[in-house]
Amino acid sequence: MTNTWGDIKNANLVVIMGGNAAEAHPCGFKWVTEAKAHNKAKLIVVDPRFTRSAAVSDLYVPIRAGTDIAWLGGLINYLLTNDKIQHQYVKAFTNASFLVKPGFGFSDGLFTGYNEQKREYDRSSWAYQSDDDGYAKVDETLQDPRCVFQLMKAHYSRYTIEMVERICGSPKDKLLQAWQWMAETAAPDRAMTSMYALGWTQHSKASQNIRTMAIVQLLLGNIGVAGGGMNALRGHSNIQGLTDLGLMSNLIPGYMTLPSEEEPTKAAYLKPRGFKPLRPGQLSYWQNYPKFFVSFLKAMYGKEATAENDFCFDWLPKLDVVYDVLRTFELKHEGKIHGYFCQGFNPVMAFPHKKKIINALSKLKFLVVMDPLATETASFWENHGQYNDVDPAKIQTEVFRLPTTCFAEEDGSLTNSGRWLQWHWKGADGPGESRSDILIMSDLFLRLRDMYRKEGGAFPDPILGLHWPYKLTDAPSPEEIAREINGYVVEDITDPKDASVLQLQAGQQLDGFAQLRDDGKTACGCWIYSGCFTEKGNQMARRDNSDPYDSGLAPNWAWAWPVNRRILYNRASCDIEGKPWNPRRKVIEWNGKSWVGPDVPDFPPAMKPAAGMNPFIMNSEGVARLFTLGLMKDGPFPEHYEPFEAPVANALHPKVNANPAARVFKGDLEVFGSADDFPHVATTYRLTELFHFWAKHCHINATLQPQQFVEIGEALAKEKGINNGDTIKVRSNRGHIFAVAVVTKRIRPLNIDGKVVHTVGIPIHWGFTGQTKKGFSANILTPYVGDANVETPEYKAFLVDIEPAAPSV
Amino acid sequence: MSTLQSLDITRRSATTSPSPSVRETEEVAKLIDISKCIGCKACQAACYEWNDLRDEIGINIGSYQNPHDLTENTWTLMRFSEVELEDDKLEWLIRKDGCMHCADPGCLKACPSPGAIVQYSNGIVDFISENCIGCGYCVKGCPFNIPRISKKDQKAYKCTLCSDRVSVGLEPACAKACPTQAISFGTKTDMIELAQTRVTDLNERGYDKAGLYDPPGVGGTHVMYVLQHADRPDLYSGLPKDPKISALVEVWKGAAKPIALIGLGLTALFGFFHYVTAGPNEVDEADEEQAKKTIDQPDEKRDGG
Repeated sequence: MTNTWGDIKNANLVVIMGGNAAEAHPCGFKWVTEAKAHNKAKLIVVDPRFTRSAAVSDLYVPIRAGTDIAWLGGLINYLLTNDKIQHQYVKAFTNASFLVKPGFGFSDGLFTGYNEQKREYDRSSWAYQSDDDGYAKVDETLQDPRCVFQLMKAHYSRYTIEMVERICGSPKDKLLQAWQWMAETAAPDRAMTSMYALGWTQHSKASQNIRTMAIVQLLLGNIGVAGGGMNALRGHSNIQGLTDLGLMSNLIPGYMTLPSEEEPTKAAYLKPRGFKPLRPGQLSYWQNYPKFFVSFLKAMYGKEATAENDFCFDWLPKLDVVYDVLRTFELKHEGKIHGYFCQGFNPVMAFPHKKKIINALSKLKFLVVMDPLATETASFWENHGQYNDVDPAKIQTEVFRLPTTCFAEEDGSLTNSGRWLQWHWKGADGPGESRSDILIMSDLFLRLRDMYRKEGGAFPDPILGLHWPYKLTDAPSPEEIAREINGYVVEDITDPKDASVLQLQAGQQLDGFAQLRDDGKTACGCWIYSGCFTEKGNQMARRDNSDPYDSGLAPNWAWAWPVNRRILYNRASCDIEGKPWNPRRKVIEWNGKSWVGPDVPDFPPAMKPAAGMNPFIMNSEGVARLFTLGLMKDGPFPEHYEPFEAPVANALHPKVNANPAARVFKGDLEVFGSADDFPHVATTYRLTELFHFWAKHCHINATLQPQQFVEIGEALAKEKGINNGDTIKVRSNRGHIFAVAVVTKRIRPLNIDGKVVHTVGIPIHWGFTGQTKKGFSANILTPYVGDANVETPEYKAFLVDIEPAAPSV
Repeated sequence: MSTLQSLDITRRSATTSPSPSVRETEEVAKLIDISKCIGCKACQAACYEWNDLRDEIGINIGSYQNPHDLTENTWTLMRFSEVELEDDKLEWLIRKDGCMHCADPGCLKACPSPGAIVQYSNGIVDFISENCIGCGYCVKGCPFNIPRISKKDQKAYKCTLCSDRVSVGLEPACAKACPTQAISFGTKTDMIELAQTRVTDLNERGYDKAGLYDPPGVGGTHVMYVLQHADRPDLYSGLPKDPKISALVEVWKGAAKPIALIGLGLTALFGFFHYVTAGPNEVDEADEEQAKKTIDQPDEKRDGG
């Protein structure tokens, strides 16, 4: 989230699109209820289904799954055409005025630079024009036809309300009502918050879905202000922590990236990561990258990492390609990966195209499952009749199960959607032989290190040289690890002007990332977390919920990254003179000498507004990007592409239907279904009562949603002769499932360009383990293709057919 | 069963001896604001957990409503109904069903077992299970169809409004668990005031007929609803519009009782007087026979010669 949970109560308008906040975040949803009850806020829900969020909304707008960019593109067109934007904000705080190179263009569904063979773009034309000083050229009048503002206007002029109605199926009157309410938040004293989740992220153009709303929010001046923001609602209670600590295959902690094989030295690696300011006087805070990076290497390799050996840069793996989960399962499927540590993950249930996953696991030599539950993945080799039709005799994989403890059985931190790191304490011992993940991983590491010491190996150095400073060698404590993540001083640091003055003493915890250095004198496991465990103690353990400004920020409860800042980009909550756009909802303000307020300023505290430094300090331009240069693989402006399995052709450009830059493996391209064979749009989703594939192991949860069902509209049910409660068969080109039909008014047929399109809703939770009635993984049906930028699979929009079935379940 | 004291009991089933009344307690109420409810079932889960009850894991018969009905183990249940009052304006009305804790409880009135059902001075209606004989009259007596008889121990069970928690100053488990504060708990006066602010908010959002459900036919209830459509409680999965204790129970436990007693008394009195007055004048068969024999005998014999 750019903002924070409690801040949602400050919103005047809450838009739930690309997610179902009441369903998946019932506790966080209380802030929406607060906004409605105490701030007279309105709630708009845009969703293919009338969900539990829609049940408490003021306006519900139906939409075809997978057409969010068209819907939001229409909104952008509406705002620009009707001039309903926050003018001062757009001019000063976005790259609307920046001039784009003449070589950049878009026509017939493709941006310039497309290579059809490789399915990728050469993005060099997607760039700013620069002046002799290397700065980007701008036109403050926003009239130059090559300025971002004008290019954006032209790009979205195709997204008329008629076009949106054709593509999305949303009725015109509802579109206008929603867009009018959203346009009202362009006023400086009104704010709209966007709450989204997997309804946007689980598509082949996911990143662009989110980008489109970000553009809307920037045009309305809703970023950095109270009650505004782009608020991603994360799933698992610590999934934010997972991405923050760099557990994606191409990341290192703090959203830094692993070097590629084309960056064999530290210098080569840092060269494209210079982040020099693209406009005069901008902070471009990523310029400090070398400090974060070197401090990370010091944390990893301790005394082994010195200036002479480039801080053990050579010990980091270098990527040839990105090893995302789709690719790694493809490699397992091809027999190229032999062993798999599956930790806290259940790919048999969670991953698309179950048949492929089972095949992949069956080809492994060994599989190690580290999980508190006996998951379907841990039992992938067991035959469960129609629910898991495998022949154990043919599966040679050796499966090890290492039971782990659960969050309540260990100390540690969880990082929530609002970037809060909340420390929790052990409440009970884990059952049986379960051990914490830390202890299991330490044990494995120490044994491996021992074996490498005795037997040598291909390249033991990074393993032998790993910094392992824990009091009890075989039992690192969560606090010790938290202290490493925060960062500490490695060598005394003296005043640069007077070497006799000691500023920071070796061994002490750092206060924040501003103290990080690139000379090896500081170590820090994760720069964005620096400040969470200082000399003052464990900041994550604070439990003071006082809210002196009634802001919803709770600044003394736990600790938020970065540096306990609760609303990101909050300098943008003030005009260019430092006066809040909305004085009744101050976040920070310039008091003549410094920036003060309820939140930690996202800005150098003493930087005068007149100096012209802009709020988006992490960007080299200092401003937010409406046009994203070459940073996104599939385009600098979001464009509507159909899902890979779609009921109609792309109305904007039928020759380029789906995302042209999304990666598709050969075998998977062949199993996409066609609209002729599979006429209905399917979408998978979650229910409040069951969390993914865990909660079904709890008796009470199982009682509340005991059996697999699929939701279909009354019209489709009538057409197929299906009554409420009947068993039906749902088929995609990859397999079929059986489920109970819940016939509902909440899913309506949509008119898509004159064609009636039905939606089939498929909740994901039931499998062949747990206390619920056995079910079929919804992912038997889903397609094996992911987002062009981050490879999140397209679970949310694909094609199926349905028919009544004999009750066999 | 709760930790409330016996002097808190203002009414006991099937008991005519007068109830204690020294203590003055404020009446409590649980307010369920359906316009804030997201149907998450945290309340269902909390109820099971607090009361250490578990129900069967059933099947899905075509609904989000699980289990399908209240049972001896499921004391509260989210009921889902989809309504379309206006064109193109769908509403998904999700109501938390459970005991309404009536001021004039039909279950208590119908119950023939002394002290199996009690009403406390704070308004809570509780089942004292050790006195329950499992006759099922409470089910018939309840205008809302709430109590359920257990197949395991043949006793009736229902929501206790967490009388045990309330007696030590805590709110009911469901209210504590509700993430959106759709469930509020406090004095009845406060809850009515809160309901008013909610109704005003709903009016501003276009729900002209929003209102508080506190049915007078049962003397008002200690579980109340804020309804978006207070004129149509039937839209909310069969919430009765004007619930009253059924006439049969009213009469059977009401007028029928004294009438029956009087009848019994009069019959006894009549019988006595009849016996005293007419009894001795009645001749029984044996005497009749003997008399006949004596009359029919010849004169010589009668003289006794």
